[in-house]
Amino acid sequence: MANVELRKVSKRFGDHEVIHGIDLHIADHEFIAFVGPSGSGKSTLLRMIAGLEEVTEGEVLINGTPVQNVPSAKRGLAMVFQSYALYPHMTVAENMSFSLRLAGVSRKERDEKVRAVARVLEMESLLERKPRQLSGGQMQRVAIGRAMVRQPQAFLFDEPLSNLDASLQGQMRLELVRLHRELDATMIYVTHDQLEAMTMADRIVVLNHGRIEQMGSPMELYQHPATLFVAGFIGAPKMNILEAQVKDVSGQLLTLLLANGESVTVPAPRQKPAVGQKVKLGVRPEHVALQADGELRGEVEVLEHLGSRAYLHTRLPDGTRFVVQTDGDTVAHSGDRVSFQLRTEVCHLFDAAGRNMRRIRDEATFSTRENHA
Amino acid sequence: MRSEGRLNWGRALIGWTVALGMFFPVFWMFLTSFKTEIAAVATPPAVFFHPTLQNYSAVLERADYLAFAKNSIAVSVGSTLLALALAIPAAYSMAFYPTRRTRDILLWMLSTKMLPAVGVLVPIYLLWRDLGLLDTVFGLILIDGISVLPIVIWMLFSYFREVPAVILEASRLDGARQAEELFHVLLPLCTPGIASTALLSIILCWNESFWSLNLTTVKAATLTAFTASFSSPEGLFWAKLSAASTLSIAPILIFGWISQRQMVRGLSFGAVK
Repeated sequence: MANVELRKVSKRFGDHEVIHGIDLHIADHEFIAFVGPSGSGKSTLLRMIAGLEEVTEGEVLINGTPVQNVPSAKRGLAMVFQSYALYPHMTVAENMSFSLRLAGVSRKERDEKVRAVARVLEMESLLERKPRQLSGGQMQRVAIGRAMVRQPQAFLFDEPLSNLDASLQGQMRLELVRLHRELDATMIYVTHDQLEAMTMADRIVVLNHGRIEQMGSPMELYQHPATLFVAGFIGAPKMNILEAQVKDVSGQLLTLLLANGESVTVPAPRQKPAVGQKVKLGVRPEHVALQADGELRGEVEVLEHLGSRAYLHTRLPDGTRFVVQTDGDTVAHSGDRVSFQLRTEVCHLFDAAGRNMRRIRDEATFSTRENHA
Repeated sequence: MRSEGRLNWGRALIGWTVALGMFFPVFWMFLTSFKTEIAAVATPPAVFFHPTLQNYSAVLERADYLAFAKNSIAVSVGSTLLALALAIPAAYSMAFYPTRRTRDILLWMLSTKMLPAVGVLVPIYLLWRDLGLLDTVFGLILIDGISVLPIVIWMLFSYFREVPAVILEASRLDGARQAEELFHVLLPLCTPGIASTALLSIILCWNESFWSLNLTTVKAATLTAFTASFSSPEGLFWAKLSAASTLSIAPILIFGWISQRQMVRGLSFGAVK
């Protein structure tokens, strides 16, 4: 098994820089997820680790050895692609044993290994089929099996579940977690779906425009998003963002004047903002409760029932959209006026640059820069 | 519904007209080859006549058909193999490692087909003479292989482009080196495309007459030279010429007939995904 390290890795396509000097250490046995919107560079980063894309600058190390000049074939990694990339002219068994055949492993040993992996993935009955005779989920299984047969140093996954339907995705997520535990292997997983990252990864790296926006455990990112971008990306539905201005600072409390003219009081961050400073208040839909005399009022646009819970999509008087998570048995109609209460102790305060102000105390330099502004 | 039916009828009519129009000269030649010389030039053309095999016996008596046929086979297969051997790496590199100039190179290669062969006849003739390649099967393989190369590269390029690069990347991660990637993954995947390219190339080389007429005399002469030898300046013997032509094209027609399914499959290839 392997640890993977990136040192100041950057990538340019012509004049266009897509990865800007990324430093990252992926520990042995870790399940790490790269998430970000399309164009964030997450797949490029994975492909550079795999050796499918050249590193423009910086170093990629596997178990401490620089591998920029080592071809993919020799890096000892296995990759599962979004489109599965099975060899259409080979049977499932041949697909799975191809790497062993190239390595000169005897037919008998190849068969044994393929059977052993097929047993783990419960697809022994598929071994003689061609890829075109398989369903999407089965192809995905074969692709994972093909990676497992190699007993690689690390597994790389490039959006492996994107082409599957929702129920299969859920099933495969559990299966991947189980595999990670059983194989005890390093896994690097690229996805644009924060749900996959949240449910599977030990650690999530959020990428934006080729830079690491934040990394940490799923709950760390959920509870303490460093920036507005992370706050919007992690968690579904997205965090509500309200434009506000600091109206009053008194003791540990901060009174904010919202764009719609209403005021809310929230706990102050340690580094207190100045009166009049523009800020953004982030509130997750699950941290809002419907309440008859709540501090915010809105008009219902759509009620989305998910069974056990519901999402109330509302619009505040100033036009801002605001989503509230409610009980599954909520009844509301389009045009209804509702009011709600924020759980201010779990709200987030972002400065004009989009940085979470709770972290101000960790970043002394940041606050001085802010004072200049 | 009714207009769709009429459309289908219209299409069928056009299709059949074109097909019969293309087939008719060949059919007429075939008929003529069984006529006497007098019946062959009769006006109005004789549709009903007593078939005779005398043209065939006369033609076979005058020339060693098998020797020409052997050369034709050697040249068309040899040129095709040569062209494939050069075109596969070229198309692979252009399809999977394109550069800014790839498009230009492809167009430039195709543009060489626009040059009339006669334009380079003298230099090629002199080169072939100095290299001792005149009237050799190898010399003809070389020139035919080069002439057909642009088309072969273009066809292979378009087939290779259909193969998702990710499949080759997967093989690289499976430990395949470039040659293994080519032979174990890309070529088996493109078998239908390669086969139809090869078939087309064989047909083109089989029918090629310019170089075989100009660079060969006896030893390496192909069936096109055989046919041409029956158009004599003292007057045309249509029936004998037709018999010789029929003999020349019969093998390739039969070959084409047998392989047409493969051809069509290859030409409409793209079902890898």
